[in-house]
Amino acid sequence: MTTEALTPENVERLLSGSPRRRSKERAIRWFFWTASATSILITLAIVLSLVGEAWTFISQADPSSLWEIGWFPRRGLFDVKTIVAGTLLVAGIAMLVAGPLGLGTAMYLSEYARPSIRRVVKPTLELLAGIPSVVLGYFALTFITPDLLKRIFGNQVAGFNLLAAGIGVGILTIPLVASITEDALRAVPRSLREASYGLGASRMSTSIRVVFPAAVSGVVASLIIAVSRAIGETMVVAIAAGATGGSLFSLNVLQPGQTMTAAMTALAIGSDRVRGADNAFQSLFFVGLLLFLVTLFLNVISERFVRRVRQKY
Amino acid sequence: MAVTSAPTAEVLVRRSLSAKKRDVRGRVFEAVLILTLLVSMAVLVVLLLDVALDSRSVWGERTLGNFLTSQLSADPATAGIRQALVGSLILMIFTAAIAFPLGISAAIFLEEYAEDNRFARIVNANIRNLAGVPSIVYGLLGLALFVKILGGITGPEVEGRSVISGGLTLGLLVLPIVIITSVEALRAVPNSIREGAFGVGATKWQMIRHHVLPVAAPGILTGTILSLGRAFGEAAPLLLVGGITTFFQSGDATPVEQLRGRFSAMPVLVFRWASLPQAGFRALTAALIVVMLVALLLINATAIYLRNRFEKEL
Amino acid sequence: METRTQTDKTVDLTKEEVRTPSFDVSSLAGQGDPMLAQNPVMIDVRGLHVYYGDFLAVKNVDMPIRQNEITSLIGPSGCGKSTVLRCFNRMNDLIETARVEGVIEYHGVNLYGDSVDPVEVRRRVGMVFQKPNPFPKPIYDNIAFGPRIAGWNGKMDDLVEESLRRAALWDEVKDKLHESAYALSGGQQQRLCIARAIATSPDVVLMDEPCSALDPIATLKIEELMLDLKKDYTIIIVTHNMQQAARVSDRTAFFSVDVSERGRTGYLVEFARTQDIFTKPEKKQTEDYITGRFG
Repeated sequence: MTTEALTPENVERLLSGSPRRRSKERAIRWFFWTASATSILITLAIVLSLVGEAWTFISQADPSSLWEIGWFPRRGLFDVKTIVAGTLLVAGIAMLVAGPLGLGTAMYLSEYARPSIRRVVKPTLELLAGIPSVVLGYFALTFITPDLLKRIFGNQVAGFNLLAAGIGVGILTIPLVASITEDALRAVPRSLREASYGLGASRMSTSIRVVFPAAVSGVVASLIIAVSRAIGETMVVAIAAGATGGSLFSLNVLQPGQTMTAAMTALAIGSDRVRGADNAFQSLFFVGLLLFLVTLFLNVISERFVRRVRQKY
Repeated sequence: MAVTSAPTAEVLVRRSLSAKKRDVRGRVFEAVLILTLLVSMAVLVVLLLDVALDSRSVWGERTLGNFLTSQLSADPATAGIRQALVGSLILMIFTAAIAFPLGISAAIFLEEYAEDNRFARIVNANIRNLAGVPSIVYGLLGLALFVKILGGITGPEVEGRSVISGGLTLGLLVLPIVIITSVEALRAVPNSIREGAFGVGATKWQMIRHHVLPVAAPGILTGTILSLGRAFGEAAPLLLVGGITTFFQSGDATPVEQLRGRFSAMPVLVFRWASLPQAGFRALTAALIVVMLVALLLINATAIYLRNRFEKEL
Repeated sequence: METRTQTDKTVDLTKEEVRTPSFDVSSLAGQGDPMLAQNPVMIDVRGLHVYYGDFLAVKNVDMPIRQNEITSLIGPSGCGKSTVLRCFNRMNDLIETARVEGVIEYHGVNLYGDSVDPVEVRRRVGMVFQKPNPFPKPIYDNIAFGPRIAGWNGKMDDLVEESLRRAALWDEVKDKLHESAYALSGGQQQRLCIARAIATSPDVVLMDEPCSALDPIATLKIEELMLDLKKDYTIIIVTHNMQQAARVSDRTAFFSVDVSERGRTGYLVEFARTQDIFTKPEKKQTEDYITGRFG
């Protein structure tokens, strides 16, 4: 007998088990609970640290310094719109690159490609997705600018410029757009396609008029996530767009510029022993808070779209 | 056969069946799609070729071993990447130390213990949001948190901006990824195994430890190794946490000294060298990138190999 | 172990007054067994209701399970047979919204009492599942796991051999105890699951449609095994297969389902000796079911 035989005398005791074992199980459960609660702590820590220092900055800063000719934090010029404009320009260029390339690739993989092609393309995209952003920064600086942009724009384009950075970020984002869009397209039920083909529609008509509209929530979600990613991207811009000392407000993408992220990098690695304007360090957190809120907002919206896809099917 | 003015049924059918060959719009559309695909792939090829070609001169003049073991220096002819290699290694150790236990434990709670209540839903949503936070924001967190805390035990030069802070920060960065992939690996374990274990009188932890974890282990392992690969390539958080110290410039430094003082890491070194104007550094940067990409490839290949190997044993 | 043979008569549904089931009842288990009515009650079910959230899945079951008998639960799909079965080893606890009212008295103790630890219940009330679910481990470890975590320190080799012999599997696997259980056939895996269940020395073994995923030969082997096991264990089996219930069980509980707007609620229609259920059922519903008029 591997378990004790039950008699009227011992049955209640035996069936009630061992209190030691029960408290051990409770402790183990508590341990795992704590681990998962830590994730909430992290978010709180991010928010608190950002808000704390950002508030210091705002309360100490002269409001007029927020609307200046440019972003030169060490001289006390905190023209936020300069770096926001830089971010938007880079993100916009990135989407112009990643949008069509990612969507086209996804549509081809989903609606047209033979399995043998998918077997080659998908790993290639995963490889591209794994390339660190510093590598893209190097590529943007040493190839895109001299070998591509200079050939097109000649002397108008500077050695460091936002356009090359934007293209680099776009390249980074292609795999993201492609994979999420492809998932959305493949989630469309076969029956819809078959109905369309059965009516004699061509592959192009089916893809554009039947499959794509059915997957549009997922496509939108992928684009929003891509924008969020492009906004948060740092190293490509830090390497290829220059302007580490600061930048004047400008919309010329052929010249150096700063995004919010690159500005933060410049602030952090500067000789911060020499504080310059006292607020320079706190402005780092202020910009960081802006960045955090924007990307959080975008991510939450994209989740709404993803949920819509799930609800449909 | 007499030629008639109106097409016969046979001709019409033959025409429509061969319509694909003459469907110009459709073929143009397909061609456009293929073009996007080719461009996407070509970009990768061009990038790799460009980097490889740029690095030619380094491989021509020096051996790989020399490049890997020489110390950092301002002279492109002799500079190597030793401290960056060591620094990246140390970083990975600290990243793993914080992300793996915390992440796998959180995943176990979410998948095995949690009920479908508010807390679980908040945690899940929170993890998804954390996964989307830009890496530089994690650098801010590391700056505000770890740098302050570790200010005491690091050397006077750096005031807490050490490789330990960097590793812990990266650990937080990849924590959501570890949790998400581990949850997926746990979810893939068939429920019938859990029922079988409960059926013979196992407690929850006994079931998890003896039956669920062994089956989920390959998937968890793969996920954690892949997350290390992601941390390996990150520079932005390190720049914030490390500040000026990550520009470990030149000279000798043992790993222990790197722990307490200035440190370097491969992606940060790429940033640094790419910004230097001297001609020799361009080739060096390219060579460094080649080493980085090979290392990443090895990490990912290891993950996939381990997963395949353990899954077969089942 | 004897083998039993079966003759099938085709059912003529046009006949009005069919009172005999559509198969040979001469081979019914327990027929003429004078000891049958005297077996003590091992588990007494009184007023059992099972809720999933607000929804009543099974209502008002009263049923005594007698020692060393095979009791079968039969009925159409969705009538709660498996739900009731899983109450006996508190497996329903694993479902978040499940709630049980009523009493299930086991050795005089209510299984759903506050002080009862489900883990201990499951060590003494074993379970075999519908689809064989051996652990992805060697055969030896499948059997050894239960006793080990129950803290048993005895000679494991002997226990493994004894359990496998009891489950009529020893001869087939004695040379490959350290090979994976997944290498066995479906029928062998199910017998392994039976061996695993009895390794913790339960006095009750629950079987949830144990043969539904198996071929007829494997099924026959397991039915023979059940008849052998009942000497030492009390067995409760859920089955979709009426003939199986008639072949192996001593008592049969027939469940049916009440369909309302709120959903399907299962209930016990009739509970009697198998022989009686199949030859002289008291309720018309029972008769309709066993004669194949519905379900």
